[in-house]
Amino acid sequence: MPLDAKARRIKEKIYKGIFAALAFASLLFLVGITITLFIEGGPVFKEIPILKFIFGKFWYPTHEDAEFGILPLILGSFWVTLGAVCVCVPLGVGSALFINELAGRKLKAFLKPFIELLAGIPSIVYGFFGMVIVAPLVQRIFNIPVGLTAFTGALILGIMATPTVCSIAEDALSFVPRSFREASFAVGANRWQTLTKVIIPASASGISTGIILGMSRAVGETMTVLMVCGGAAVIPKSFFQPVRPMTATIAAEMGETVIGSTHYHSLFAIGLVLFFITLVFNIIAELISRRFRIKLGLGR
Amino acid sequence: MKHNIKIKAEDINFWYGKQQALRDINIDIYEKQVTAFIGPSGCGKSTFIRLLNRMNELIPKTRHEGRILMDGKNIFAPQVDVVEIRRRVGMVFQKPNPFPKSIFENLAYGLKINGWRNKHKIEERVVESFKKAALWEEIKDRLHESALGLSGGQQQRLCIARCLAVEPDVILFDEPCASLDPISTKKIEELIEELKENYTIVIVTHNMQQAARISQYTAMMYLGELIECAPTDQLFTVPKNKVTEDYLTGKFG
Amino acid sequence: MNRKKITQNIGFGSLFFCIGIAVFFLGTIIYFIFVRGFRVISWEFLTAVPKDAMTAGGVGPAIVGTLYLVIGAILFALPLGVACAIYLTEYSPKSFVVNIIRMSINNLAGVPSVVFGLFGLGIFVKFFGFGVSALSGCLTLGILVLPQIISAAQEALMAVPQSYREASLAVGATHWQTIKNIVIPAASPGILTGVILSIGRVAGETAPILFTAATFYTRGFPKSLFSEVMALPYHIYALMTEGTHPQEQTQIAYGCALILLVIVLGISAAAIIIRQRQRSLE
Repeated sequence: MPLDAKARRIKEKIYKGIFAALAFASLLFLVGITITLFIEGGPVFKEIPILKFIFGKFWYPTHEDAEFGILPLILGSFWVTLGAVCVCVPLGVGSALFINELAGRKLKAFLKPFIELLAGIPSIVYGFFGMVIVAPLVQRIFNIPVGLTAFTGALILGIMATPTVCSIAEDALSFVPRSFREASFAVGANRWQTLTKVIIPASASGISTGIILGMSRAVGETMTVLMVCGGAAVIPKSFFQPVRPMTATIAAEMGETVIGSTHYHSLFAIGLVLFFITLVFNIIAELISRRFRIKLGLGR
Repeated sequence: MKHNIKIKAEDINFWYGKQQALRDINIDIYEKQVTAFIGPSGCGKSTFIRLLNRMNELIPKTRHEGRILMDGKNIFAPQVDVVEIRRRVGMVFQKPNPFPKSIFENLAYGLKINGWRNKHKIEERVVESFKKAALWEEIKDRLHESALGLSGGQQQRLCIARCLAVEPDVILFDEPCASLDPISTKKIEELIEELKENYTIVIVTHNMQQAARISQYTAMMYLGELIECAPTDQLFTVPKNKVTEDYLTGKFG
Repeated sequence: MNRKKITQNIGFGSLFFCIGIAVFFLGTIIYFIFVRGFRVISWEFLTAVPKDAMTAGGVGPAIVGTLYLVIGAILFALPLGVACAIYLTEYSPKSFVVNIIRMSINNLAGVPSVVFGLFGLGIFVKFFGFGVSALSGCLTLGILVLPQIISAAQEALMAVPQSYREASLAVGATHWQTIKNIVIPAASPGILTGVILSIGRVAGETAPILFTAATFYTRGFPKSLFSEVMALPYHIYALMTEGTHPQEQTQIAYGCALILLVIVLGISAAAIIIRQRQRSLE
């Protein structure tokens, strides 16, 4: 083989090697997250059996007789997320339906990027707004001692997740082939009937993906719930009490803990729980979206 | 007249995964002649010519047995530089595929990646190639416009010029006129007739009349096998094999 | 009017109502931030350091801190992410393993940002010993957006038609020459859009820098890679939760929120516009 051809082969191998190394480094960092969580969170289970940790009703990490049950935190996340879903699903899906079916071409061309833009508003801004404007309002309207409650958190989170749900749902709706709509009209259905009986069912998987990803975002939100939910790590008796979701707990308490203490490890353990919850959400969303593509014949 | 053998395929078998696509192909391709491959869809003609410039290696899970000799040397031998093979055996694809660059840059690209640095020489070769491809007059004032703005027929001639710029020995045409109108098709057929004076041409076509018009040798393929190969006049008037005869008379295809 | 039509009108009406509420809420947020924040904005506010126990002066260091964090994070994540995407799309065989890797990267994009903060704390602050610093913050934020950059780059690369690669190889180019001269240029607009959106994300994130980089007050502007930094999103949080003079500090927070909103929305808008232009060319 001529000399420069051989040199060329070696050069190609080097390039391939460089890219492989960089790719490996990226993946290493990403895998490192899981590993770090296990390493730093694991020790807490030496002290406290895992079931007692997850289902324990009392979170008093800084007391003399410290207790590390995260049930209040899990329930806090749960109620806030549930409330958020009640807000973002109707608003998000409804808006998506509007944009897809009712909006004229110009309005649509404006609204779509506009909603996408809004999905990028940082959560700290929502948290700030919630704390300064919404909480006092809630306090006045519902006549409760403090406006920082699960309700307020759910409301703000719901609004925050709406653009995400709307974007994904609208994408799902636009994937439905025009022929479905035409076939429905051809048998005499009107637009509303076509929408509810043909288009929505056809895009149900895509819309579900949007809802699940919106939920995942709500569960994972930190700053908003930190500033708006009140911060009482107790099992809430009503929706209008302060709560402390898991994310807020980590953010609020990490700054105060001693490195290597049980409290420190327990916060990492909460991180682990969060990691698994969002992992499950994402896997479900991925599975649904794959079935969705196959159903519509898009393949991948 | 006796021509030299440019490419010789010996006992070629080819698989896509578990599916065998080519079976015991033995054929000689003569230098500076046009050899056409005809046959119904899926008979393996494109698969075969993509072996000649080793493009099938880009598809995962493919495998071949047998040798292909160009100028007496096996192109699959381990020490052979596949990049150099691909320069010597050029290819024009079914759908014109100019790069998203200017008309000039489309041709200059092939030269630059082969180490050409001298601007003047590059320009010379580019102009020369456009002339050989009968495209120069049409684009000489538009050299720096995007190639994507040309018509289908012009784009295909650009792809031929791009091929010529790197001075191949062999040019493979894989159904080059499939997406073109009749007038562009005629232009390209005329071009191929001219090119055969200097290059060995292999063309795959599903258009029998085209094969009859422009080739000196025709090979009939069916279900992955080479049914027969003969001088074009002979194959079309007195085919030796019944399969060929049925195909030519339109009994299937 | 028959029943079909009435149902339709009610249905459509409720859709209109949905989008109306959504736009109303979101618009209100933007309105309040802009109007109240605008009052505090001045050249001094943007450039000076905080004075009088954070009740006067400006937020210059926070703006600069955010800038440093963004630049550092992107410098780290961009080459790594694009290289990873190139390897996954162009070099590695299309196997089951690659699919798993792609799915894992997508999953990581959904992990809560506070978990990235924990990771940053464990690895960069503690294990590597960088301490609470701009460096730790940049690396943590970089890892946060790494999945996003890899995904965007992968999509852009996969969108490049295979026929371009074949044409390049057919004139005798090597694999790397094809990638460098044909594939990457063709994928650039898509990659660029993804990177720009990542910048917006990095600028606005608070949780990852809570325990890795940010602090309420630094004397003056950030001096080195190893010093703590002030950052706009963190500053808003600190003002509202650690501040001692709510009156003035809420106003300052509004100003910070406005600046942050302008930066993030401006960047996102730029990315969207670039993508629209790109789409209309095709």
